Amino acid sequence: MEIEVLHAKSGKSLGKVTGLSPGSTILDVKNEFRKLKKHLYPDRQSFRLEQKSKMLKDEATLKALNITSGGKLYFKDLGPQVGWTTVFLTEYAGPLVIYLLFYIRPAIIYGASAASKPRAEAVNIAAACWTFHYAKRLLETVFVHRFSHATMPILNICKNSSYYWGFAAFVAYFINHPLYTPPSYGAIQLYGGLAAFIFNELGNFSIHIAFRNLRPAGSKERKIPKPTVNPFTWLFTWVSCPNYTYEVGAWISFSVMTQCLPALLFTAAGFYQMTVWAMGKHRNYKREFKDYPRGRKPIIPFLL
Amino acid sequence: MAQRSQQSSLAKAYLLLYNIGQTIGWSCILFLSLQHYLITKSWVGLYRHSYIQLLLEVFQTLAYLEVLHCVLGLVKSNWFLTAVQIFSRVFLTWGVVWSIPEVQDGWFVACFLLPWTLTEIIRYSFYALNLLNSVPYFLIWCRYTFFIVLYPIGVSGELFTQFSALPYIKKTAIYTYPLPNRMNMSFDYYTVVIILMLSYIPLFPMLYFHMIGQRKKVLRGLSEKKED
Repeated sequence: MEIEVLHAKSGKSLGKVTGLSPGSTILDVKNEFRKLKKHLYPDRQSFRLEQKSKMLKDEATLKALNITSGGKLYFKDLGPQVGWTTVFLTEYAGPLVIYLLFYIRPAIIYGASAASKPRAEAVNIAAACWTFHYAKRLLETVFVHRFSHATMPILNICKNSSYYWGFAAFVAYFINHPLYTPPSYGAIQLYGGLAAFIFNELGNFSIHIAFRNLRPAGSKERKIPKPTVNPFTWLFTWVSCPNYTYEVGAWISFSVMTQCLPALLFTAAGFYQMTVWAMGKHRNYKREFKDYPRGRKPIIPFLL
Repeated sequence: MAQRSQQSSLAKAYLLLYNIGQTIGWSCILFLSLQHYLITKSWVGLYRHSYIQLLLEVFQTLAYLEVLHCVLGLVKSNWFLTAVQIFSRVFLTWGVVWSIPEVQDGWFVACFLLPWTLTEIIRYSFYALNLLNSVPYFLIWCRYTFFIVLYPIGVSGELFTQFSALPYIKKTAIYTYPLPNRMNMSFDYYTVVIILMLSYIPLFPMLYFHMIGQRKKVLRGLSEKKED
């Protein structure tokens, strides 16, 4: 059978895709369409039924979509794509390097004698926590995460990196400043914050492991996440995205521990972004699973 | 900046009132400035004229209402771009000229104040008459022509004013919150003013050429209509 491909924006014809059967999927269409336009690899392509309708999934068959020979599909170019792993590595390696650059107190930033001045205990602990957090993220990206989409637009690298790198420099500049003031309540605040930070990092890691076990290797299958034997995952009883709850918790702890306003601003920005993501995921779960547990909230138990 | 959308008559009445009010406010500034010039034979010292200062502060700050108009959907413009434009002027009015008395007697005050005044009188009267669907051709022509000269002059005045304020900002450390402090964050007004001045480099050509594009579009559209 033969399908006409039209440009989603202009409605102009881009050519006819042949060699398909009613059982063919959208992915098959993408592979066929690539024969017409060599530079448009499948991850870069998106198809929809109408000019402004939702993007079709790769697995959808032409039969299920009621497309017969002579039918048409609208095409949109998603732009150059990069793998998620590349994106995450760029995003997270930056903050790690930038933070440690400030930690050694370079003379061009803080003046010649800054490096030899003693560092408060909070400054050393903060550097350890920051390093641990981003090293953990890098390792998780390589060994733990399984992504349901293979790629994302290349523009996201610039957008996300400037956010992470910029905030890293902003926070690191003030915590590592020779004029840094240690926390007002001394050891209680410092070690209390550190304990809370470690607790939340362990929680965050536990949730990432739970998500990994939910999705068998190589599949795009989706299931309802549920509490497991690991007590950290019991937070699934109340929220859809406990990984974000723990992440926000970790940054609140970091801000308390360092008593640094830029860290708190970073926490607030992260909380806002994660809430937006959590609400989106929560909505998708509820739409996808009729039996999705009621009473779960997106990110904060009972509230949000 | 502003375009008319589907408005209720109440919203329309309010916008009409707002734009007429602004037109009158800025006209008063123009009138007092001319009076000042006729008496002193000089454009210097406009800001020391107590009524000019008051009118500028009131009507320029009131312009923040335009952000609200965008947010509420009374006017179809991007609220963020509107906010940025108004902020740059409110910042100059309060953050520089009002805060640093040493710059108030400079010649550059007139250099931004007079272009602002002329632009605003034209712009607000344009909006007001547009709400009544009766903008005369010469006003449209003024709105899309005067900026070619007024905008660069105004921007130069703004930059000169900020530049000449810098030494005083440094000396008095006004609005500056230094380290060490318990928040572990500092705020350096001197650096902020320099960053704001540098932001003119990308923003000015962008806005200027946007206006040039608008001018071509609007004036060509009008001349075609005339030929019909």
